Amino acid sequence: MEIVTVSLELSGPEASREFIEAARPEHPSLLDPTHRMDALFGVVNIPNVIWIDERGMIVRPPEPGWPGAAAYPESLAERMAERARLAAEAREAAIARGETPPMDLMTQLGSGQVRDGYADALRDWAGRGADSPYALTPDEVLAASQPRPPAVSAAAAHFELANHLWRAGHREAAIRHFNACHRLQPDNWTYKRQAWSLVGNERVGGEMGRLSQAPLPGEEADWPFESNFDADVARLAPGRYYPKTM
Amino acid sequence: MLVDTLDVTPARFHADTGWEIKPEGACRGDVCVPLPDGFSLLAAADRLGMAVVEEPAHGLWAVGPESLTGRALVSAEAPELELSDLDGRPWRLSSLRGQKVVLVAWAPY
Repeated sequence: MEIVTVSLELSGPEASREFIEAARPEHPSLLDPTHRMDALFGVVNIPNVIWIDERGMIVRPPEPGWPGAAAYPESLAERMAERARLAAEAREAAIARGETPPMDLMTQLGSGQVRDGYADALRDWAGRGADSPYALTPDEVLAASQPRPPAVSAAAAHFELANHLWRAGHREAAIRHFNACHRLQPDNWTYKRQAWSLVGNERVGGEMGRLSQAPLPGEEADWPFESNFDADVARLAPGRYYPKTM
Repeated sequence: MLVDTLDVTPARFHADTGWEIKPEGACRGDVCVPLPDGFSLLAAADRLGMAVVEEPAHGLWAVGPESLTGRALVSAEAPELELSDLDGRPWRLSSLRGQKVVLVAWAPY
């Protein structure tokens, strides 16, 4: 079995290099600056994993998948713990006011697809192939792939324009197309996180720059997008960020 | 698919979308969709449910992926995927035919 990793990042190889070199992969590790994975397979978030058999047939379409339980670098883990503490306070305050508390990120990430069992399912398929209960038939694969109404095709077209225009330095036009893309396919998180991270990285920089995907406090009026990570996650029902497919 | 003219050849359409123009229509994997005689980008896009979005100020059009079945995958046969690694070396998904492949999308954001 061959593992292949693909980085969905439009900013050029340097944005992905440190992660790839730190992992020292022995498998193909590739770059997808135009997000072909979204258009070709229906990838809508990261991580998303696709299983393909020896004959080149997809046996599981893109779905959230992990090699094991969540593991974050120390700097990120500290930031997430701080975030979880603030979210818990906000939740208690909302309940005290008699309001419905907002969804917080850690609750959202802990619901939906079960992380710990994913690698076991993958091992089962690696060993048993088509006899594995996790290997889907072609009809099941098509039905389980992402919905693709015409609006989603239009979202991909707007994303391609935004991607090209951003790299060519046409910032305002790029942001216009990013926003149109996000309106047309609001549940595509790679299209949104890619765009938000470009501006977040400009403003925050450093190792957390690309993970900054919402306006900084006091800079809300200057945020060029109609959506941001914090607000969009807060609106989601539990389990919708990494939907359970297995 | 990003173009600066709507007058594109069937070869370019195939290279950019994965849909090959044959006598029986536009084909990918085991699926063929009939097309009107004489290839035109807009007619093919219409039959395949591909959105065409214009950016007039920059003289560009983007053509989205097919939406004809209402699902992201129209065939369980994996489409060809051509990408490059950090050093710019090209890679093709079809080079791994004969092995199981686990394709993992990630990003630095």
